[in-house]
Amino acid sequence: MIVWEGLAYRYARGPLLRFPDLQLPDGGLLLLRGASGTGKSTLLALLAALLTPVEGRLDIDGVAVHSLGPRELDAWRARHVGVLPQRLHLSDSLTVLDNLALVGWAAADRSVDRGALLAALAQLGVAELAERRPHELSGGQAQRVALARALLRGPRLVIADEPTASLDDDAAQTVLDLLQRMTQARGATLVVATHDRRVMDTLAAASPVELCL
Amino acid sequence: MNLARLSWTYLWARPLVTVLNLLLLALGLAAVSVVLLVSQQLEDALKRDLAGIDLVVGAKGSPMQIILSGVFHLDVPTGNIPAESIERWRAHPLVASVIPISLGDSYRGHRIVGTEPAYLEDRGARLVQGRPWAAPLEAVVGAEAARRTGLAVGERFVGVHGLGGDGEPHGESPYTVVGVLAPTGSVIDRLILTSTESVWEVHEAATALDDEDRRYLEAEREVTLLLLRYRSPLAAVSLPRLINAEAGLQSASPALETARLLRMVGVGTEVLRGFGAVLLAVAGLSVFIGLYHAVRERASDLAMLRMLGAPPSRVAAVVVAEALWLAAGGLAIGLGLGHGLTALLGWWLEARQSMALTGWAWASGQWAVVAATVALAGVSAALPAWQAYRLDVTRLLQAPR
Repeated sequence: MIVWEGLAYRYARGPLLRFPDLQLPDGGLLLLRGASGTGKSTLLALLAALLTPVEGRLDIDGVAVHSLGPRELDAWRARHVGVLPQRLHLSDSLTVLDNLALVGWAAADRSVDRGALLAALAQLGVAELAERRPHELSGGQAQRVALARALLRGPRLVIADEPTASLDDDAAQTVLDLLQRMTQARGATLVVATHDRRVMDTLAAASPVELCL
Repeated sequence: MNLARLSWTYLWARPLVTVLNLLLLALGLAAVSVVLLVSQQLEDALKRDLAGIDLVVGAKGSPMQIILSGVFHLDVPTGNIPAESIERWRAHPLVASVIPISLGDSYRGHRIVGTEPAYLEDRGARLVQGRPWAAPLEAVVGAEAARRTGLAVGERFVGVHGLGGDGEPHGESPYTVVGVLAPTGSVIDRLILTSTESVWEVHEAATALDDEDRRYLEAEREVTLLLLRYRSPLAAVSLPRLINAEAGLQSASPALETARLLRMVGVGTEVLRGFGAVLLAVAGLSVFIGLYHAVRERASDLAMLRMLGAPPSRVAAVVVAEALWLAAGGLAIGLGLGHGLTALLGWWLEARQSMALTGWAWASGQWAVVAATVALAGVSAALPAWQAYRLDVTRLLQAPR
């Protein structure tokens, strides 16, 4: 269960951004919409434990995330949050497999071994791309690799920021199907920020909670 | 994935910058290493060659020339002094010991030195074959001289007049090798040693036309230098003045002359050392610029690490590790190059029978160079690492512009 009340954040010399209160059940789906500058990215950053709210409370699975210190936030994010950013941020200096291996290194988790990485890629149908560099992948392939990275450690909360941007209809549909199926299979809560009509139409069937900022 | 592998991969993602940084570091380290290796070995060699010699007495002339010719066997002597001065100075109350040195001939570029067996003991030489000379025209060969000339116990050889190796051979007075010395790392390795009487005999045989000539030469016998050891430190005050007051005699203090020599050589080594330090500073600046730009270019990669849960210190460690890889690579190449160049210089000097120099040595100052290089890498990485530490991760969630 994700619950936030009176949640607000202020950037240096910026206005106070307030967010409407919300409760989201385990395995739920939140569709986040809004024009640029309305605080969409800020809310995603708060949920991803990258920012600490200046006011209000944020409880995720019974953990008061708003009261965690910087080290605890890092550890909490590593364990419980998977992020699929709009720009995928796959490093071209590394192979696909090494990009995924960063998940284990960042979290100092030795259980993320080669077998686990290959299994994660295989689940998304891209195991054969393990030794390729990200710049050698198509948009859809790269999106799947980034999704495998986000889901690798079985997060309780998956955040996808414009997951279909720059994908054609077929690729967008495939990614959305995978995103929904994989998060549901893990019982994870999915938060999707989007402007894309295709996303809204596809996810409408799952009866999402919609929040328009 | 581990820190070493990740930083190594990032390092070689920009091969041109990495190679340039490695090259700059390596050149600076090589220059500093050569200077340190050469100066330490030079100082060690000087100390070994000078050990136990308090004063050198020769013919009037340059004290530096006396030291160079009589102790290091690099220069020609200033002349000869009467042989009777050996016993006269030996009897002096301020003098503990006197060892005569007679120069004049050589064999294949190696000086034939007429002296007394005490010289062997005084220089810490040890025989590996045979025995010391006991009669005129018996010789003991230094380790390096034996290796280069192939002389062994029982063999005979003929010296040539002069120290350059291109003089008239003394064919009528061949020497017999009776001993070979173990290597000492000092100048004695390059010498062929015999009795003072041998040198007199060879030259009298070569110059005397008849018995009268021979008797005259025997009465006027000379040696080239005397190596003196003081009985007490007080002798250092008065003995040089006493000697210099005598007609035809010149004293030379090894301590003073080598200090002067090292000061002269020191200017060159300081210039080289300074050049190496400048190269290292430039390398440090280059590493800093490289890492600074790398962090800017790789900001999203590093921010992604934060997004995946890496604490800021872990992200900053990637940048520091890159700098340390550069330092390690620069040290490996630079020290290898420095030692290689020193070995090459040693080989060139050996061919000219000059000082012994090896690349297989470690100068104590090199530990400081290693520490300074690691510190340099750390300092160069400090600001880029701080940038990485303070990365704004929320940018990852912002729409591309």
